Amino acid sequence: MKIINEVKLSFPAKSANESFARATVSAFCMQLDPTISQLADIKTSVSEAVTNCIVHGYKHQSGTIYINMKIVEPETLIVRIRDKGCGIEDIEKAMEPMFTTAGDERAGLGFAVMQSFMDSVRVSSTPSKGTTVTLKKRLSQDDN
Amino acid sequence: MLELEFNDSVLTAHLKGELDHHTAAVIRKKIDSKAEMLKPRTLELDYSGVQFMDSSGIGLIMGRYRQMSLMGGEVKVTNVPPHLKKIFSLSGIETLGVIK
Repeated sequence: MKIINEVKLSFPAKSANESFARATVSAFCMQLDPTISQLADIKTSVSEAVTNCIVHGYKHQSGTIYINMKIVEPETLIVRIRDKGCGIEDIEKAMEPMFTTAGDERAGLGFAVMQSFMDSVRVSSTPSKGTTVTLKKRLSQDDN
Repeated sequence: MLELEFNDSVLTAHLKGELDHHTAAVIRKKIDSKAEMLKPRTLELDYSGVQFMDSSGIGLIMGRYRQMSLMGGEVKVTNVPPHLKKIFSLSGIETLGVIK
């Protein structure tokens, strides 16, 4: 896997940074000349993953979110979003559509959105250590 | 972010800009406090000005649907723009019958 470009960033787990995170990833992948719809898919997925870190990983307490974004051949974006929060006991359950532990205002759709909007979603988590979500999407113009 | 309008027992919330977990929390508080005060028959959520949303935009509808049901009112979601259709259809929110 040849890495063409790579950017790392870390920021406090504050909900005001959700827009910063998705705008930054979106700016980074502009070099692959994505379509508007691909860009919307990526922004939405990053927004879901970062929100999960804030709401579930850190449970609205302070913490740091780490994003590593890469462009690899062939024309593929890989975004890894990591927190050092509470971790997930049952990943399969957490990924079920409409399952949420966050109350009435959350739709429980975060992972369903990521899975439907990206080519692949990988989740690894250790209780009390944290969670890493890796999102992948190929942005070649032929796949539109 | 939000403009509220009240006419003939219909409270209309014109949502604007980006709807995520952060902005949805602010919008929710404003709508709920207005709805509690005015007790509208219908709460209309106008999505025409929403440029971006994640699943928080769906959670906002589900939450208002519960609130309005408790108050004996209804929710209508109007003017969902084409670029939001994908997340709306994925969510299955259509089954609530609130999308007009």
